[in-house]
Amino acid sequence: MANAIKSSVVDPLIDNNPITLQVLGVCSALAVTTNMMAALIMSIALTTVTAFSSAMISSIRNHIPSSIRIIVQMTIIASLVIIVDQLLKAYAYDASKQLSVFVGLIITNCIVLGRAEAFAMKNPPVLSFFDGIGNGLGYSLILMIVAFFRELLGSGKLFGHVVIPVANEGGWYVPNGLMLLPPSAFFVIGLIIWLVRSLKKEQVEPADYQIHQVHRTEVL
Amino acid sequence: MAETNKKKGLIASILGLPNDDPKKTIIVAFLLCLVCSILVSTSAVMFKPKQVENKQVDIKKNILAVTGLLDKSSDVNTLFEQFEVKIVDLDTGEYSDIDPNTYDQRKASGDPSQSIKLSPQQDIANIGRRANLAKVYLLKDGDNLKRVVLPIHGYGLWSTLYGFVSLESDFNTIGGLQFYSHAETPGLGGEVDNPKWRKQWQGKKIFNDAGELEIEVIRGHVDYQVEGAEHKVDGLSGATLTSRGVSHLVNFWLGDDGFGPYLKKMSEAEK
Repeated sequence: MANAIKSSVVDPLIDNNPITLQVLGVCSALAVTTNMMAALIMSIALTTVTAFSSAMISSIRNHIPSSIRIIVQMTIIASLVIIVDQLLKAYAYDASKQLSVFVGLIITNCIVLGRAEAFAMKNPPVLSFFDGIGNGLGYSLILMIVAFFRELLGSGKLFGHVVIPVANEGGWYVPNGLMLLPPSAFFVIGLIIWLVRSLKKEQVEPADYQIHQVHRTEVL
Repeated sequence: MAETNKKKGLIASILGLPNDDPKKTIIVAFLLCLVCSILVSTSAVMFKPKQVENKQVDIKKNILAVTGLLDKSSDVNTLFEQFEVKIVDLDTGEYSDIDPNTYDQRKASGDPSQSIKLSPQQDIANIGRRANLAKVYLLKDGDNLKRVVLPIHGYGLWSTLYGFVSLESDFNTIGGLQFYSHAETPGLGGEVDNPKWRKQWQGKKIFNDAGELEIEVIRGHVDYQVEGAEHKVDGLSGATLTSRGVSHLVNFWLGDDGFGPYLKKMSEAEK
């Protein structure tokens, strides 16, 4: 049991990362990674929601009628997201202002529903809880890496503190405006996936089709 | 005792039903909705007072910031006591005796009985409707008016920007401009929050010598050698549409459909 818990927390970090291997939850990884603070709050919120929704769904999994399975999961996830959103508005007002709609959009985050459907429906509550934590942390790890590069190169700051003085405030660094726009997160995530898959060859998917070399003479 | 046994029997018999039984489906759905709605409404009610307080403190903080009074070491609420809050009728420019504590301008803008619909020609700030009454915040030193803070809002690129503009006692010189709520692109349009850019607004004049409204966010940098520079502010690079939005909303709220009549009346009274 202890081993199962450990592997369900550690595996999603790199070996089975929800973003880099499963390529889930990319939408919010683009939206909230312009600065590290927002990414951190988002990571905590998502990890909490995934963990608790998995635990709750798992504890009633034997009584969920399969015909309304997804609706039941969504209802639980949505309720938890609303509670987290309310909590942030009450105790982390500035952060919730910055994240605005994206906390609410955790409801549609594929990782949360993905873990509920793929794991929590078949496993006991405690294990599901830690699986949620693990996947939340896997998501958080990528989010923080992406936010690190985007905030540093886009505005010369980390967690809002000036690291590289930017040109329009009297420094030397001309910030890369592209880094502040969503497409740059695609590039950063793409580079991370490339890096992870070159180090861990087993993550490389087999090609869907083979490209044959065709000789001119064959066509004619 | 017999009753609880019967109840237990009922629950067990429901749980014992096969999962695809329609009866069980309905019961599970109903119970789930009940539990979730209780959780959600409890949290909403529990956190409400704290959230309302946060919002009010945030607005006060912004009013203090726009007049340069914000000071991290002092309590926001005590600092804010220096302000006198009043309600202005925007059409006549007169003060109204409605209690400012109960008036919600945002709500009023959506209520047809408390607001007017703006024609496309009037509606340069893209706000649709404008409330008839607006809150103003007066900073006084004894009997002398030092600053007046006006709430402004309008559409940028992605979102409605809500903020404040403060004017000096001549009702012509801008003391500061600040937005407390917007969802513009961070780093581009979001630079409306940049202290360096906001500082440019200080000392700008909203009316020209002929008394006409003349204030504008231009593209690129302001050339201070050219006449009229005191009416112009640098545009934000990479945020043409947000800059244009800010320019429009400032013009709207300081113009005839906004606080224009009030400003005219007040500056005459000051003379």
